[in-house]
Amino acid sequence: MSKYTPHTKEDLEVMLKAVGAVSLDELYKDAPKELMVEELKLNEGMSQMAVEKAFQKITAQNKVYDTILRGCGAYDHYIPAPVSALIGRSEFLTAYTPYQPEISQGILQSIFEYQTLMCELSGMDVSNASVYDVGTAVGESIIMCCERKNKVIVAGAVNPQTVAVAKTYCKAGNTQIVEIQPKNGIVDIEALKAAIDTDTACVIAQSPNFFGLIEDMGVLAQISHEKGAKFVYIFNPIAATVLKTPKECGADIAVAEGQPLGMPLSYGGAYLGILTCDEKMIRRMPGRVVGQTVDKNGKTAYVLTLQAREQHIRREKALSSICSNQALCALTAVIYLSLVGKEGMRQVADACVSKAHYLAQQLSAVKGIKIKYQGEFFNEFTVETDKYNKDATKALDKAGILGGLKINDTDSIWCVTEKADKATLDGVVSIFKEVK
Amino acid sequence: MLIFEKSVKGRASIQLDKLDVPHYELKAQKRNAQARLPEISEQDAVRHYTELSRKAHGVDNGFYPLGSCTMKYNPRVNEVIAADKAFANIHPLQEEETVKGCTQVMDELSDYLCAITGMDAFTLQPAAGAHGEFTGIMLIKAYHMSRNDTLRTKIIVPDSAHGTNPASAHMCDFDIVSVPSNAQGGVDIEELKKVVGPDTAGLMLTNPNTLGLFDKNILKITEIVHKAGGLCYYDGANLNAIMGVVRPGDMGFDCMHLNIHKTFSTPHGGGGPGAGPVGCKKSLASFLPTPVFGKLPQGYDPKKSIGKVKTFYGNFSVLVKGLAYIKTLGKEGIKDAAQKAVLNANYLLSLVKKDYDLAYDRICMHEFVLSLQKLKDETGVSAMDVAKAMLDYGMHPPTMYFPLIVHEALMLEPTETESRETLIKAAQVLNTIKQQAVADSASLHDSPKTTIIGRVDEVRAARQPVLKYDFSK
Amino acid sequence: MENLLFSKSHEWVKIEGNKAKIGLSDYAQHELGDIVYVNLPSVGDKVTIGESFTDVESVKAVSEVYSPVSGTITAVNEELESQPELINNAPYDAWIIVVEVSEKDELLTKEEYDKFCK
Repeated sequence: MSKYTPHTKEDLEVMLKAVGAVSLDELYKDAPKELMVEELKLNEGMSQMAVEKAFQKITAQNKVYDTILRGCGAYDHYIPAPVSALIGRSEFLTAYTPYQPEISQGILQSIFEYQTLMCELSGMDVSNASVYDVGTAVGESIIMCCERKNKVIVAGAVNPQTVAVAKTYCKAGNTQIVEIQPKNGIVDIEALKAAIDTDTACVIAQSPNFFGLIEDMGVLAQISHEKGAKFVYIFNPIAATVLKTPKECGADIAVAEGQPLGMPLSYGGAYLGILTCDEKMIRRMPGRVVGQTVDKNGKTAYVLTLQAREQHIRREKALSSICSNQALCALTAVIYLSLVGKEGMRQVADACVSKAHYLAQQLSAVKGIKIKYQGEFFNEFTVETDKYNKDATKALDKAGILGGLKINDTDSIWCVTEKADKATLDGVVSIFKEVK
Repeated sequence: MLIFEKSVKGRASIQLDKLDVPHYELKAQKRNAQARLPEISEQDAVRHYTELSRKAHGVDNGFYPLGSCTMKYNPRVNEVIAADKAFANIHPLQEEETVKGCTQVMDELSDYLCAITGMDAFTLQPAAGAHGEFTGIMLIKAYHMSRNDTLRTKIIVPDSAHGTNPASAHMCDFDIVSVPSNAQGGVDIEELKKVVGPDTAGLMLTNPNTLGLFDKNILKITEIVHKAGGLCYYDGANLNAIMGVVRPGDMGFDCMHLNIHKTFSTPHGGGGPGAGPVGCKKSLASFLPTPVFGKLPQGYDPKKSIGKVKTFYGNFSVLVKGLAYIKTLGKEGIKDAAQKAVLNANYLLSLVKKDYDLAYDRICMHEFVLSLQKLKDETGVSAMDVAKAMLDYGMHPPTMYFPLIVHEALMLEPTETESRETLIKAAQVLNTIKQQAVADSASLHDSPKTTIIGRVDEVRAARQPVLKYDFSK
Repeated sequence: MENLLFSKSHEWVKIEGNKAKIGLSDYAQHELGDIVYVNLPSVGDKVTIGESFTDVESVKAVSEVYSPVSGTITAVNEELESQPELINNAPYDAWIIVVEVSEKDELLTKEEYDKFCK
């Protein structure tokens, strides 16, 4: 077995003597005897080599697809090689939260850059140092908005994963949550107007939404504000480089899943919860925040700030208990955006949009397949088909392609990123043509 | 210099292939101005972030006795395993039969964590300790609600607890009752008896507690709460001291979280991502967020679930590393790690106690707390001064000013992976600083002196928050 | 200064007719250290003797400010929003709120308060 404890026999003797104990067990004399564990029901220890082998047996049971045409909250974008090399550097990887600014300027500065970049994407005034994922970002947004009111509205096709988390946060705070079902794939404006009232703390909507459609978020923000409710905009960070920003639409809070910014799919985590908001809400914003200041010699420095909002000072009066961020994932996003850059991100967005529309057009030409909704989409779209049966899935699978996510007997949601090439997309179309 | 200050208009880095399908122009409304993303070459970007890494300090750089954070060595083999393409490239919504490897990881880890803690089921969704607390308190809330016991509105928290405990309970709409510590640093039993009652929903406790002490009365404490109809939540932040030796489930706890990033060796990444799985006894299992992995207890009913606390299944990549660690150590190694963590803490304590006052002079568990109040009264040198002086010796300071019940506190947690020589050197550094405090206290107020910046103006940062780059400059 | 009364929770009160101006004592600001934020209440909010009407933040602490009187807030010192340091610089000029008083607590004179703080 492999251990990471360095103690030699002599070390043990010397150290036990120094602490005045005859055995390691004696160090636990405060614990009641009846609690002592005889033996854990675990495997015997293994060498590192054996562990690697054991995991190869495990990974062999996973199917790795060459092409992933599925999104719905997790996106297969190209990750430039320097990303993993840089985030793997010991100083970043093995550090704790940057409590000591004198030796943590690197991490603090990267978070400051992250906060700047997230504000650039969303257009909002301020960003925190990140939260766990988009679901918890929405959960925290709900807490931010429920200052004197206690009802929130989820409007239209928000990703069900996100809604599920939002519901749990509402249950915790005894907050009422109302879901407005979409109409023709987008927010049902009349239903929203009927549901919203002066007790509504916030309206939450997503664009591009779960079906891939781009919503008219400006109108939703206006309806919210007319009743004194806040508007929470769930955006996609790649689409944000192109579309009207949450700020321009009038959002009070803008959140996103940051995974598309250089994080691998990794079966759903670790991802990145982007949380940005209007300056007026800064004191209600949860989590870590980095600010710029100077050191005692007047040199520019970065430091964790506005800490009196947080649990370690405010305890039960804090709005949230979150005390970590997804620092390494935030760093990933910063490095990704720096490497891909302004022009590269334009290319990525353009490729996503163009390739998705190409596939949609080609598929809609196949008999028995149609694009379900008429609205404009970014890189995800919903396909309605009588043909997407087991045979099509099997044929796609055989070709190493993970097709769209089936959401019922006829509908599936497809996603195309810059990684898919034309030949593969044509292959998908042929498969659907062939499957009878 | 910030990346934005190195940006040059028109400079590009990573380029995509020429578009192989017709360009499609979106008809939706566009943003007014492009996002001001960096325009920098690949090499300059790599240099920038390499430079930033050199201005950071991790466990790999040096001794990191940050109390309560368990900064043990982060084995690289775990990183290699988690980065395998057959984990990293798996979409969370792939069909079940294509992700058998991923679900095996979740199943095995859940079962192992049950074995280590004495719980009956686990959820792997929570992303961090505080998130685990939130989840655990939701289980307690759901339990009482399922029994229509709506009067239980209070959560009891010791005054030595992590701030996250009361904050998490408050997020679940509970009122907080604080219970004081006794002279030995444990929960004051008489005070606890006074505060429990028909309004008690539960108790949150860390054991060993934040003073690094094992509460001798632990069985009595959980019994008092249970008799009053409340449940007991175990804050697993300090599990590293006891894993393989004693189990929270046997102490009478009904649910708990543990920190994969502390106890199970996964790197902290500068603040995350971590993972804070939550385990519980059979009676609470049905309330766990779905889906639950591993062997399910009898009578498990997912319909009663509190719902999801995170999208998908949790921080999977972190969980893989935790499983790799447990597999490597195995049953003997897990216990060995805990025992050596306790030995290292007691050894360091034995070396520093001639120079510094202990908050509680007892055998400690994996960490101990010094009180520098006397030193401050005598020399004017504070816990902060001592901590900052340690930076000049290439050591990360201990946790400062926590727990709140100890004045001028420094909390040291060496962890099991540090060698005797490192501990001796740390004690020597603390001794040197002590001598300096007595001989020349003024010089310590200026420390650190060798770092790239000196102490920062935190007042200015908070009064006039500058939270992003000003592009107009 | 001479007209000021004090509470044991370290607020000062200046009574002018049925109005009371309330701020933090010099002792309190000194104990708190550099104040970085004042969480101001709103005009029209009710305050009650012994209950917190705001909190003030220093870098590493947050402290409640308790009302020595009951009544309705008629003014808040909005200057403190952008310049919380005014409380540190001149605590007896930096009033936080003005209250139309319905009831007041027993308060200490300057001499009594100084003695209390020792």
